[in-house]
Amino acid sequence: MTFDLSLILSYGPELLLAAAATFGIWAAGSLAAVALGFAIALARRYGGFLVDGPLRLLVEIVRGTPFLVQLFLLYFGGPFIGLSLEPTEAGLLGLSIYGAAYFAEIFRAGLEAVPRSHVESAECLGFTRWQIVRRILVPEMTVLVLPPCVNMFIVLIKETAILSIITVPELTLVITGIGSKYYAFVEALFLLALFYWGLVELASRLGRLLEARLAKLSFAA
Amino acid sequence: MSAISLQGVSKRFGETEVLHGIDLEIPPGEVVCVIGPSGSGKSTLLRCIAFLEEPTAGLISVYGEPLGFALGPDGKRQRLPRARIHAVRSHIGMVFQQFNLWPHMTALGNVSEALKTVRRLPVKEAEARAMAQLEKVGLAHHAGHYPSQLSGGQQQRVAIARALSLDPKIMLFDEPTSSLDPELTGEVLNVMRALAADGMTMVVVSHEIGFAASVGRRIVFLDHGRLLLQGGPQEVFRKPRHPRLDQFLDTYLDRGAAMLL
Repeated sequence: MTFDLSLILSYGPELLLAAAATFGIWAAGSLAAVALGFAIALARRYGGFLVDGPLRLLVEIVRGTPFLVQLFLLYFGGPFIGLSLEPTEAGLLGLSIYGAAYFAEIFRAGLEAVPRSHVESAECLGFTRWQIVRRILVPEMTVLVLPPCVNMFIVLIKETAILSIITVPELTLVITGIGSKYYAFVEALFLLALFYWGLVELASRLGRLLEARLAKLSFAA
Repeated sequence: MSAISLQGVSKRFGETEVLHGIDLEIPPGEVVCVIGPSGSGKSTLLRCIAFLEEPTAGLISVYGEPLGFALGPDGKRQRLPRARIHAVRSHIGMVFQQFNLWPHMTALGNVSEALKTVRRLPVKEAEARAMAQLEKVGLAHHAGHYPSQLSGGQQQRVAIARALSLDPKIMLFDEPTSSLDPELTGEVLNVMRALAADGMTMVVVSHEIGFAASVGRRIVFLDHGRLLLQGGPQEVFRKPRHPRLDQFLDTYLDRGAAMLL
């Protein structure tokens, strides 16, 4: 038995397509997760306890159960409540909700970390609540939450592999399919690992670059 | 008409009453210095005037306009709608002990922000006006610096320019020099002196007894949440003094500020 990548690499076009799918699902899922997570954090901060309570429960449930189980429930359990989704739709939705729960916590902590006094200065100048969120809280929070957000993006890259279990045509599904067809598991998984690692490395480098750019915007020592 | 009028203003935090029925009339253009031991309620008083704290009882008005609460027809205090609160607060500028500049904006950004966001001026006009304010506090050449690139004294002067950006009629200062080195205190006090000379109505909570004595037209001495004494500096600081004030000032004499009195 020899370690031979050429067989798998001969599936170039299929692999590229699948890699693009992984990348697309990750990018779209991350974006949706950030947006939804931010909405949850804001709603919890300003919505009063009637909003805060249920949302907190939701976040705790999503954080407290495995992603794999959530995905199964969404895909196979969805039809019971009239929610029949295609694998990719279910995967994207699942990834978004899963990420949103974590982002909501990151943003909640970030909003709380902005000094109350910075908000008070804006209040004194007649800013409305929404203006304070937009002009003061979000920019200040962004600097603070950037490292945990990058971390979460990285986690989400790797969680896309789980989507293969509900047959989302992303890279893990496609490459392991080819691998099992030719009994070339090691080569397949090796390439797969290389791909994820490359994407993670890219994300973390971008994050570090952004952190360096934003460093001077953080609080004076 | 008084610039600021306080009638029976009280504030309690849970069980603790921090202010007990403060009455105070401040005419336009007057510089009032509020002094008193820590925990006497000075900052809370100022924060009530800025409506950062809501008084638990009593009424405050600014140039005749009720701030936050007004007496209803039934004689009970009613909370006013948010828009009216915003309108009254826009006459008031506030400067904090910790400067509280927004770290993600340059000095110019900090000063022009309210003009852009609240007044909705075009960016160019807002920045021109902000530049003029920075000029006033002597920091036009630092307009592009971020707060983290400025000294404490410079940050506080930017904060003063920011508070002045909407042309308030009243300026409130909450221990504006307490977190500064003595060396940097002077530059901030000079800006405040110039403001006072321009006829700005000012309420200053400060430990700078020297500044209070020289710039304050009126001294207000708070003790345990009560307004114990008020009057011109001559009147208040002249001997024989109220025993509580004497006790309070002794702590300053200990620190070598005797020559100021």
